[in-house]
Amino acid sequence: MDDLLGAFRAGDPRALARAISRCESGRVADLIRALYPLTGRAITIGLTGPPGVGKSTLTSALVTHVRGLGKTVGVISVDPSSPFSHGALLGDRIRLAEHFVDRDVFIRSMASRGHLGGVAGATADAASLMDAFGKDVVLIETVGVGQSEIEIAEIADTTLVALQPGSGDSVQVLKAGVLEIADVFVVNKSDHPMALQLQREIRSMMEMLNFSGWVPALISTQAVEGKNVDKLWEAILKHDAWLRESGELAQKRRAAFAHRVRQLAMGTLEGRVERVIEQLDGDMDPYAAAAGVLSAFGVGDGVHVHSGAHAHGGVRATVKGL
Amino acid sequence: METWTEERRPLRVIVAKAGLDGHDRGAKVIARALRDAGMEVIYTGLFQTPEQIVQTAIQEDADGIGLSILSGAHMTLFPLVLEQLKEQGADDVVFFGGGTIPADDAEELKRLGVRQIFTPGAPLSEIIEFVERECGKRRELVG
Amino acid sequence: MAKMIERSSGLGPDVSPEYRELVERWEGKAAHAAPRSGRGSGAIDRTISDVPLKALYGPEDVAHIDLARDLGVPGEFPYTRGIHPTMYRSRLWTMRQFAGFGNAKQTNERYHFLLSQGQMGLSVAFDMPTLMGYDSDSPSARGEVGKCGVAIDSVRDMETLFDGIDLGAITTSMTINGPAAIALAQYIVTAENKGIPRAKLGGTLQADILKEYIAQKEWIFPPRPHVRIIVDMMEFCTREMPKWNTISVSGYHIREAGSTAAQELAFTLADGFAYVEAAMERGMDVDSFAPRLSFFFNSHIDFFEEIAKFRAARRIYARRMRDVYGAKDPRSWQLRFHTQTAGCSATAQQPENNIVRVAFEAMAAALGGTQSLHTNSMDEVLALPTEKSVEIALRTQQVLAYETNVTNVVDPLGGAYFVEALTDEIERQTLEYFDRIAEFGGMVAAVEAGFPQREIADASYRYQRSIESGERIIVGVNAFERPEETKDIDLLKIGQEIERGQARAVQEVRAARDAAAVESSLAALKRACAGSENVMPRLIDCVKAVCTEGEIIDAMVQVYGRYTENTQF
Repeated sequence: MDDLLGAFRAGDPRALARAISRCESGRVADLIRALYPLTGRAITIGLTGPPGVGKSTLTSALVTHVRGLGKTVGVISVDPSSPFSHGALLGDRIRLAEHFVDRDVFIRSMASRGHLGGVAGATADAASLMDAFGKDVVLIETVGVGQSEIEIAEIADTTLVALQPGSGDSVQVLKAGVLEIADVFVVNKSDHPMALQLQREIRSMMEMLNFSGWVPALISTQAVEGKNVDKLWEAILKHDAWLRESGELAQKRRAAFAHRVRQLAMGTLEGRVERVIEQLDGDMDPYAAAAGVLSAFGVGDGVHVHSGAHAHGGVRATVKGL
Repeated sequence: METWTEERRPLRVIVAKAGLDGHDRGAKVIARALRDAGMEVIYTGLFQTPEQIVQTAIQEDADGIGLSILSGAHMTLFPLVLEQLKEQGADDVVFFGGGTIPADDAEELKRLGVRQIFTPGAPLSEIIEFVERECGKRRELVG
Repeated sequence: MAKMIERSSGLGPDVSPEYRELVERWEGKAAHAAPRSGRGSGAIDRTISDVPLKALYGPEDVAHIDLARDLGVPGEFPYTRGIHPTMYRSRLWTMRQFAGFGNAKQTNERYHFLLSQGQMGLSVAFDMPTLMGYDSDSPSARGEVGKCGVAIDSVRDMETLFDGIDLGAITTSMTINGPAAIALAQYIVTAENKGIPRAKLGGTLQADILKEYIAQKEWIFPPRPHVRIIVDMMEFCTREMPKWNTISVSGYHIREAGSTAAQELAFTLADGFAYVEAAMERGMDVDSFAPRLSFFFNSHIDFFEEIAKFRAARRIYARRMRDVYGAKDPRSWQLRFHTQTAGCSATAQQPENNIVRVAFEAMAAALGGTQSLHTNSMDEVLALPTEKSVEIALRTQQVLAYETNVTNVVDPLGGAYFVEALTDEIERQTLEYFDRIAEFGGMVAAVEAGFPQREIADASYRYQRSIESGERIIVGVNAFERPEETKDIDLLKIGQEIERGQARAVQEVRAARDAAAVESSLAALKRACAGSENVMPRLIDCVKAVCTEGEIIDAMVQVYGRYTENTQF
């Protein structure tokens, strides 16, 4: 542990790599405790969007741009694990090949390992580690399977939602709730004949929402050619400045902190609840059983239970009229 | 669904194609087979240099690197990867390979430090078994 | 496993009672016959491509065939039975062994040997740096120079390659795709320096870039500019090289990447039609270029399936060229093809067995009506072939052509219940793929979306699994292994001295030319690439100025960029 911490502080990329592996196997508490004071300096950017939208290409173009400004970058890219074998094929790196030998770019592929919501359970910790390691910018690319991937908004300071013209998937994604988490919309492949129509669709959906403070930016890019990536970066910086000036950043980070603590605590609790459930008599009704479980932890009166959990999310906007 | 625990953190293996040959049928079949055997496989894409492959292995904290070469450049590229691994202090990573590699070249590469060479026709089960065994050992040593 | 026996309820009313009784008796016996069990038995009811098979085929399987519409006669639409009236009775296929290794001088010696042994045409294998557009002294070429083909950096190497060979009398096939237009320019300049006009040159270039994105991965630029250059070549050859076959649309590599027979056929023909469409969009008349398109297929180990594939290919092509593209010249309807035995069916274990595999595969090509044939050497799975193994491969073709008498009758399997049924089935699967490709908006869009790539990766993985499980047997690999394998066959190896020599040579070439001519020819090329002027004349100027291949490609990359793929597993 001390060796690893020393190497980490000395800037050895292998130490960062090992530390991220520890996040993935849940043995990172000591490390995070030691490094936590070093976090909070990086701009953390989340990138989500449906398959085929060119997330990896966009990531690569952003890395190129940010490196051109002399900033160091960490990239986390998440792909799904197979629920059957627990294995995963992680291929997002291919698009980032030109950055492989740049010592100021650190790229880590992560398998979701059963975690839903577009990121892996260890993504937040890995992003903190990259931050503590001294990366100026941390970019997180989500799985992007078109499902509701709103957890990224809990982790990232600025969330980019990438959409592509002429694809039904993009409209589905908008409807699925990512609209509410976007700080910046990116319409990639802007040379597509349907690009303008998609922009109109996004605007009209935005009109149905109340925004408190920040109104999401809308940027069109052609990531393959690096076109308008500078504009995208400006929008990210603008959002970042707004976060700081409005005091929203502190609130966001407080919420992210709460999310993380909740995750860790609930994760442990869940495991223990599971073990009690395994011992239960199958003839009991679920309410009585739940009350029994809770009393085993000294919670509740052994009779009353709630039937639903509260939803937590980094939702930026609410639907008008609700 | 089972949970991923410390004991079950899957092995991580890089499947790489170096040099100029684009024959990726074998590399892709092996990548899928290792995935189906429960490993996390990081695929580098085609035309990677030895430097790119080794940096990838380091950043991904990989337990193994499988390199596929079918163009005949194996006697140049395998040694360059070995050299890079040593230079970067990453020679604990299990480095193995495959491709159209004559037996005496394979012997020479093993002598230099490549852990195993699989030639066309090697059963997937044998490759999986090798990776599980050797990368498993590395995992125990490194933690 | 699927049911082995299907009732021949399809026997029509015109069948004699005697025959009906016989069939029913057979069905009764077959229903009680237990299928063979054990290793290799998982595959008895389907081809290597998973096409389901019955135990017996009969008249009911061909009852729907309209003889005039579906089979015709050899030399007539739809050419199911062959593109020439009397096929090999009039002219044998061209025996064309693919060869190239080391430097141009070494390969030139191999060509002289092959020609002296009765080979009828040349076929150039280039090394990887040449195929990918890098000069021999480029860092990207490390360890690759001369390894799986011959290194050609500039027109100087091309001149050495064909030294002492009469380019006006022989046909040459060049297997090169990304830089194909450059190789053509080098070939033209080499010939014209010897006094042979380009109009007299015969041969073909592969120049099929779409299958590179699908299977072989030897691309340089993104698909659309690459296709544009191919159309430039087609246009140029149509105008100036009447004997040159502009492109050879190739399924070989698609099959080697693990596709099924129907996928090979569907994706290859779809590639071919994409070029036809691109040329027609340019305003070319389909009959002005289509007679000089040719194809290149794989002959795999599943004997009847391959024969059916070749027959189906001709029929599908003829119909679409006539009915969809409006070709009127019968030569535009005829699918002419070169065949190579399947490299992927060869095994590193007991390599001598490959001689036998190649013989069966070659026979399937002959029975399928190929126009030219390359038989693989037994040791190609291990290294470059030696002179001895190349000779055996060539002799295999000669035995087939002159001793077996399979050449004496045209389409000898035509009308066979099984072969006709299988031909129909391969055609059906191919047309189904055409529909799916159309949903993407054409082949270029399908390739950009990774559709054929994904289909092939799936097929390849399924096939590998069937070998792993022992459903399928590969002799010497998962059955009948020899535990103490002696690997004492001689192999041809290319030493590093070739790379050093070639790197030195290209540097000397660069030092000894007119730098201003190099610069101005490259600048003119870039302008042509950025605009709409045909690039071929500009490329010829670059080659005359002794620009190296790497320099020409670099100039073009500045305009078009380099391609990166989205990998499909």
